[in-house]
Amino acid sequence: MFGHHFSELCVDRFNLERMIQVKGIHKQFGENRVLKGVDVDFIPGKTNLIIGRSGSGKTVFLKTILGLYDPDQGSIHYGDEVLGEMTKERRMLLRQELGMVFQGGALFDSMTVAANIRFPLEMFSNMTEHQKDERVSFVMDRVRLQGSGDMFPAEISGGMQKRVSIARAISMNPKYLFCDEPNSGLDPETAIVIDQLIQELTHEFNMTTIVNTHDMNSVLEIGDHVVFMKDGYKVWEGTNNEVLGSTNADVEEYVFKSKLFKQVRVALRK
Amino acid sequence: MITNFFEGIGAYAMLMSKVFRRPDRWIIFYRALLQEIRLLGLDSIGIVAVLSVFMGAVVTIQTALNLSDPLIPAYYIAIATRESITLEFSPTVVSLILAGKVGSNIASSLGTMRVSEQIDALEVMGVNSANFLILPKIVAQLLFNPILIILSIALGLWGGYMAGGALGLISFTDTLIGYRMEFMPFYTFYALIKTVAYAFIIGSISAYCGYTVKGGAVEVGVASTNAVVRSCLAIILANYVLTDLILNA
Repeated sequence: MFGHHFSELCVDRFNLERMIQVKGIHKQFGENRVLKGVDVDFIPGKTNLIIGRSGSGKTVFLKTILGLYDPDQGSIHYGDEVLGEMTKERRMLLRQELGMVFQGGALFDSMTVAANIRFPLEMFSNMTEHQKDERVSFVMDRVRLQGSGDMFPAEISGGMQKRVSIARAISMNPKYLFCDEPNSGLDPETAIVIDQLIQELTHEFNMTTIVNTHDMNSVLEIGDHVVFMKDGYKVWEGTNNEVLGSTNADVEEYVFKSKLFKQVRVALRK
Repeated sequence: MITNFFEGIGAYAMLMSKVFRRPDRWIIFYRALLQEIRLLGLDSIGIVAVLSVFMGAVVTIQTALNLSDPLIPAYYIAIATRESITLEFSPTVVSLILAGKVGSNIASSLGTMRVSEQIDALEVMGVNSANFLILPKIVAQLLFNPILIILSIALGLWGGYMAGGALGLISFTDTLIGYRMEFMPFYTFYALIKTVAYAFIIGSISAYCGYTVKGGAVEVGVASTNAVVRSCLAIILANYVLTDLILNA
């Protein structure tokens, strides 16, 4: 199932401290079984993508890894620690090492852009006011948000809101970055900008990034490691280079659903 | 239905156990507290003032009409007005109005934060979101509602004084005599005890309704309505229990 390139990635970039391993996760809500025994090793320092149709369990999977939902069975390992066995204090500390970009941005609408980015620093860092100002300024520059600090989330575009959300997520220099549908609601050009930004930041800060998406452009653009989910199961994993050549029927059906990708397949086979 | 009720009580108790923890950063808590005092307290002064003046006036008029007997001294009207306003109208009626104004505000703001994933964002960061968002709202009300009720009592008595005198139901002098006669400071203390209990009820029940919203805009609206209805019912029940415990003991 795994190509040569994927194995190389695992060996070359192995970094246990920043590794996230998911082992046999099950989750159900009432009678609805959403996750049915998912096992995935996410590659440290790389952009890991979870793809699949709506209702395949991607968002529940992501929120379970984050600890927003407790799994019914199975375990989640951050480095050599098991999430479910951590003390409350350790879990709170771990959360300060996580950055999350929510689908809708989840920006605090009563705060300005700068205050949103500054918020984690105010809550958890022991920086001086000057150091906080410098960090906010650096992060805003990094996501190309210069001059927008005094604006409120309602006053900026969807693409800018996503960049603010990314800036807030990386302000504490996290080890792990999670993104839930970062491109939803964005035009194709802005979506590519956001994808590239996530990819650049992942490599620059050596974060383990997990992106939840159903955008095939994102898969091909930034998918160092791609996990395909269907009906609560992981049915395939590989790299962005392998996804177009996958012989898995479910992946083929998903990837080549659009007319554009059908033409790409024809071109590839020629 | 009974199971749901007890599940709700359990969930409410668990939420309160998360709320009443030491804040992560005191300076941020104080800033949030000042903001809540402005939003939930200072912004309520106008409605409390208008309501109290007219409430005092109506109580005086109705009492005067019911006590219009030459054998009853006129200042009795003022005594009855004072006791009605201090014991019941200001603490309970004003709190019911605040349950509508403040309760819906709390539930809708927290509900909107829940459905737009802002609360999830706080949790992911490692912030105790219940403590961070709800504690300042409850403390702000515990601190400021007694001030509002004292203001309400004062304005209610002033409203009665003006209405009684202006309509010729009781002279200004008799009103002042009545207001001062056999004044029991404990009744004001009793009003403040009720106010503090009601403030906690409004803050905590409304926060529970908003914080536990699941769904979208429609559910936020339902939560806001539930917050007002449940707070009002709890206030009425608490009014009975506290009155029996404090005055009938």
